[in-house]
Amino acid sequence: MGDNLISVNNVSVNFDYQENFISKKQKIHAVNNINIKIKKGSFFGLVGESGSGKTTLGRAILGANKISSGNVIFHDDERDYDLTNMNKQDLKEYRKKAQLIFQDPYAALSPRMTVRDIIAEPLEVMKITNSRQETDERVRDIAAKCRLNIEHLRRFPHAFSGGQRQRISIARALVSNPKFIVADESVAALDVSIQADILNLLKQLQTELNLTYLFISHDLSVVAHVCDVVAVMYLGHIVEMGPSRELFKNPKHSYTKALLSSIPSIDPEKRSEAIELKGEIPSALNPPPGCVFRTRCPNPGLDCKGGEITMGLTEVEPGHWVDQCCVL
Amino acid sequence: MSHLLEVKNLDVKFDTDEGRITAVENISLSVDQGEVLGIVGESGSGKSVTAKSIMKLNPGNTSYNEDAEIILDNENVLQFTSKQDLKKIRGGKVSMIFQEPMASFAPAIKIGAQMVEQLLIHKNINKDEAKSISINMLKRVGIADAEKRFNQYAFELSGGMRQRAMIAMALSTMPKLLLADEPTTALDVTIQAQVINLIKDIIKEYQMGVIFITHDLGVIAQVADHVAVMYLGSVVEKGPVNEILKNPKHPYTKGLLQALPDINNLDAPLSPIPGNIPSPLDRPTGCVFRTRCPHHNPEGKDGKIEMKLIEVEPGHWVDQCGIQCGQNG
Repeated sequence: MGDNLISVNNVSVNFDYQENFISKKQKIHAVNNINIKIKKGSFFGLVGESGSGKTTLGRAILGANKISSGNVIFHDDERDYDLTNMNKQDLKEYRKKAQLIFQDPYAALSPRMTVRDIIAEPLEVMKITNSRQETDERVRDIAAKCRLNIEHLRRFPHAFSGGQRQRISIARALVSNPKFIVADESVAALDVSIQADILNLLKQLQTELNLTYLFISHDLSVVAHVCDVVAVMYLGHIVEMGPSRELFKNPKHSYTKALLSSIPSIDPEKRSEAIELKGEIPSALNPPPGCVFRTRCPNPGLDCKGGEITMGLTEVEPGHWVDQCCVL
Repeated sequence: MSHLLEVKNLDVKFDTDEGRITAVENISLSVDQGEVLGIVGESGSGKSVTAKSIMKLNPGNTSYNEDAEIILDNENVLQFTSKQDLKKIRGGKVSMIFQEPMASFAPAIKIGAQMVEQLLIHKNINKDEAKSISINMLKRVGIADAEKRFNQYAFELSGGMRQRAMIAMALSTMPKLLLADEPTTALDVTIQAQVINLIKDIIKEYQMGVIFITHDLGVIAQVADHVAVMYLGSVVEKGPVNEILKNPKHPYTKGLLQALPDINNLDAPLSPIPGNIPSPLDRPTGCVFRTRCPHHNPEGKDGKIEMKLIEVEPGHWVDQCGIQCGQNG
């Protein structure tokens, strides 16, 4: 266990779905049988298209979604928290240690609260501080760390630009002194020039405050830059996982390859080398049996085309795991 | 040869409660038939406002300067006031594709009905002809089961499919100019690649002019022939796509390129452009980029150098202040 902060064991998340009140109840298989270990101090990236289950998995790890089967263990210094089996007291403790940064800094901040109140709210709700003075001190402290101007704390969010707002939401997430942060598409809504700034800030805070990140993003170039370990998700399954350099240099799964080739190249002379994937991600209501990617796979083998190969990761290089269908 | 579209010295100002905002200042652009002009810039740089002026879609508090001209097909769009004239451009000679296809379709009207309606307005044809044109167009953009989709609502389609339907609708009236405002931003990369290829094929097939607005330099590299880089309402650099991306002169263009995470060079540090884009209410005098420019020369910093594009290479224009700063860094 030692150096892992989070262990996700065989986690599945299903949602009930009913089209209307007379139709049959169905299950949406949002996340299927996921196993990941997040090391302490790592920047763990989760990539995939919309509908691949990235956010659901992130929320499940935070205890914000019900886990249908499997368990998530948070290894704290003194003790382990089992998310599937926690009482209220434990959950309260866990909330202080695991926090979330949202995608859209325009929607995430209440327009009626001052920046100081926004950042202080977690402290007050979780009763971490005892006096107003102490609260103010912590707020000022974290605001300075997030490079916010202390004089701006009395202003309202509308006075700030996207990048500054995102720094406010980072400060709010960090004020309770958490160990684990889920950053869900936290730079997707920002302009490139500011995106780089926020990524650098996240990196810097990681070393300063000993943080571990689960970084959810659809942007592979961003993930390649900041993450140490990356897992690629497709339709609720992890299809490939490994150290980010290795994975991006030497992708094994055809989905990862297609994703990488789809990134528009900045070089105008390198036009359309994309491996074009036909069609779209299938519905999670009835995912194809066997390899979930086979309906869009550019070069399916005979066996997997029929869906005879079940999903499962195999280790091809130390630490580099690929779904077995694409290895064969 | 005259251009398909020529924008000359365009200023766009909005009257708001807080004062008069300059959204776009002194912009000159041109688009030829079969050519894609990419406009890049951050949010608030005036990309969409420029595109909307071409269709006169900006809201009622907008004022244009008197000497500005937007010449489309030898007519000055800015002088159009009657409904009859505006109809010719809106959806007739010019069509627009928006970023969020869900917001651009009426939610309670079937997609087919919306496509037929605009064809009936702009073309002298009957309903059946309009229907067959629409279905053919849906097939052309790669929608399977076009007949079935024709009778569905926008919410029944997936994101990529909706954007295809939007493109089909925009193209069915055979416009001469297509304005694509961030058409791939809301899509996943794999779908984005599909849509980009589709747009490129269609431009080739119909030989229309396109203005492609995006903040993604990678997308620009893939589709555009010419690029204009905008910052706070001004064009700071423009030219052929190869020139701009491989040999940028303006510090803002350079900054944008450096801020972009490059998957082929993971060791390169991410260098953000310092500071924030200023509010258009207090737009800097002189060079608009001077408040964030890392290499400003003393005169440029004081705002004493006026904005003016200078041709540094054939077809490659750079703001004069930026040329000096660009040499410093």
